[in-house]
Amino acid sequence: MDFLNAIVAFSNFVLIPATAYGAQLALGALGVTLIYGILRFSNFAHGDTMAFGAMVTILATWGLQGAGVSLGVLPTALLALPVGIAGTALLVLGTDRAIYAFYREQRAKPVVLVIVSMGVMFMMNGLVRFIIGPDDQRFADGARFIVKARDFKEWSGLREGLAIKTSQGITIVAAVLVVILLFWFLNRTRTGKSMRAYSDNEDLALLSGINPERVVMITWIIVAALATVAGVLYGLDKSFKPFTYFQLLLPIFASAIVGGLGSPLGAIVGGFVIAFSEVTITYAWKKVLTYLMPDSLDPSGLVQLLSTDYKFAVSFMILVIVLLFRPTGIFSGRAG
Amino acid sequence: MSVAMKNTLLFVVVFGLIAATGFQQSWNVALGIVNMGLISAIMAMGVNMQWGYAGLFNIGVMGFVALGGLATVLVGMPHTPGAWAAVGPGMLLALFAGFAAIFVPILVYRRMRPGRRRAIAVFALLVLGFFVFRSLFDPAVKAIEAVDSARTGYLGGLGLPVLIAWPVGALIAAGAAWLIAKTALGLRSDYLAIATLGIAEIIIAVMKNEEWLSRGVKNVNGIPRPVPYELDLRADPGFVERVTNWGFDPVTASTIYVKLCYGALFVVVLLALIWLAEKALKSPWGRMMRAIRDNEVAAEAMGKDVTARHLQIFILGSAVCGLAGAMMTSLEGLLTPASYQPLRFTFLVWVMVIVGGSGNNFGAVLGGFLIWFLWVQVEPLGLWLMDWITAGMSDGYWLKDHLLESAAHMRLLTMGLILVLVLRFSPRGLIPER
Repeated sequence: MDFLNAIVAFSNFVLIPATAYGAQLALGALGVTLIYGILRFSNFAHGDTMAFGAMVTILATWGLQGAGVSLGVLPTALLALPVGIAGTALLVLGTDRAIYAFYREQRAKPVVLVIVSMGVMFMMNGLVRFIIGPDDQRFADGARFIVKARDFKEWSGLREGLAIKTSQGITIVAAVLVVILLFWFLNRTRTGKSMRAYSDNEDLALLSGINPERVVMITWIIVAALATVAGVLYGLDKSFKPFTYFQLLLPIFASAIVGGLGSPLGAIVGGFVIAFSEVTITYAWKKVLTYLMPDSLDPSGLVQLLSTDYKFAVSFMILVIVLLFRPTGIFSGRAG
Repeated sequence: MSVAMKNTLLFVVVFGLIAATGFQQSWNVALGIVNMGLISAIMAMGVNMQWGYAGLFNIGVMGFVALGGLATVLVGMPHTPGAWAAVGPGMLLALFAGFAAIFVPILVYRRMRPGRRRAIAVFALLVLGFFVFRSLFDPAVKAIEAVDSARTGYLGGLGLPVLIAWPVGALIAAGAAWLIAKTALGLRSDYLAIATLGIAEIIIAVMKNEEWLSRGVKNVNGIPRPVPYELDLRADPGFVERVTNWGFDPVTASTIYVKLCYGALFVVVLLALIWLAEKALKSPWGRMMRAIRDNEVAAEAMGKDVTARHLQIFILGSAVCGLAGAMMTSLEGLLTPASYQPLRFTFLVWVMVIVGGSGNNFGAVLGGFLIWFLWVQVEPLGLWLMDWITAGMSDGYWLKDHLLESAAHMRLLTMGLILVLVLRFSPRGLIPER
């Protein structure tokens, strides 16, 4: 019985939250990695692109809620998602036309593009704060839980409850769907193949008649979709605040680099590696351990390796360790 | 128009803008802009050394600035008597154990032959070290934070004159930079960027959470000043008599006097730094740095030790940022770890360097003043603009309220726009490298 309790407590506080968080990071890291693969720079504006996508979706959600439309138990935000993706796609395509295209033509060094993306980050950040303000916004509706802790306790007769939030369930399902769609697109369609060809060897791809501007445009649209989905899922799961999206930049980049910049599969694995390490290292294990250890060995403290405020330190440590021992990431991305 | 003329004119324009603030708004505001402008100029010089001289992409400026701020507390604040007596030595022991927990595994890693045995040994030592460290560290922290926690609850400082904190701030930042450089400097530019970004976040997290060290989010206020206090000046009959004779109000005069004192100190530091930096840039060392920046491979083939030079310039630049951070905290008189925001302390400094002109010390200084001026003045300007736009709308209309409320966020938008425009149309900045 104690063992089952320990498993339930573990799932409740570590497994499920970390999986949801990992899925969100993976979606964010996929966007970063695609930009890196095709446009060949680290896009510092990605966190704020996510915030922008989430913001457009929130505004559309409020509109739908105002019109009385709802999805029942599911959050209305899912219905507003296409609007958010379209809005974000327009924004990033506009930024590309107005700002990045010039440097691409000049074949500027990647580091110049990184600095340019810092400027774009400022502007997007300002734009989001300008439109929706810097405060927390709640937009989740529908049922809060798929499984409630109390229902689970009554059903199983265990002392520990298991709660699965709707947002967590949706995050995982949505992430799986998006990833399947993305890989199908990259591996099976003509456009996807031309994207991979362009990413592997630009000159060869150009010689074989691939239109680079089209590849870039499609990349931005996919990135906009990924960023919006990631931003909305994160916002549903935690809450929407422009500044937190900026702070997500570090774990997202850590995920992409740990997996290997430029490798989509690596981005997904990296996202889960970072999320699980963050959650396991900052979780207070006392609860789980009390079930597993004999009474005499009950832990006296919280058995928390690091306080939650140091979660950035965790993603950072993993990043440094991977970079020191395997600089190309787990799945050898293109950045050697 | 000669280059020198143009550059002088640019500086005249920027100081003209600040002077206009003095006439239009108040001299207090204008002097405030000058003082922070001086500090910003020093920060920009630090970043310029790393980026402009050597092409190192450091976006962890905030961390070094914060370490400089911490130095003012550690040096300038009086020490907390009970805390030192109770656990000072215990804390030192714990910190020593912490360092040992990191360095012993590194030593073992270097000495043992690669293989599974080395991996196991290093991992075991790390885990063991971590638990030993925590077992010494946790009680010490608890004891320190228990000492009069409402007023102190931290170790306090050394109680030395606060001016000593400025070079100490630079030293602490340099130490941190050495540690970072040793691990991350070999990486490609974007990786170094992410690594420094992460380090800065970690430094801020430490300062927010380690209450025994910096009082965390409870902030440290009343850090001693290197200049007189306004209240003392107002209580001094000599001062009051003098300023009233000149026709000033003693209250305003005292605040302006204090600001001028700070300004004078900052100007001395800035001039000394510019002199040193110009000397260095024009010396063989400066030429070597630029050679390395422009073509690492060629410089290496000429027998230059690229890694060592990068390490050197990274430490120097970070030390300058730490110095600026210490100066800023002693100007403000309080340390608020929660106020360190990357957009304000890292990316804004980058805007200063790029707009001013990377690779040119005067460019960095000009950028520091100009961008700081804009950072302060864009908010009232934005409000004025919004007032003008919304003038035709009726009161209480939602769009009017929203626009007026959002004017404060014009800052970030403007800074981004300036950065992007400068990069597009004048990528070498206002005062380009010669």
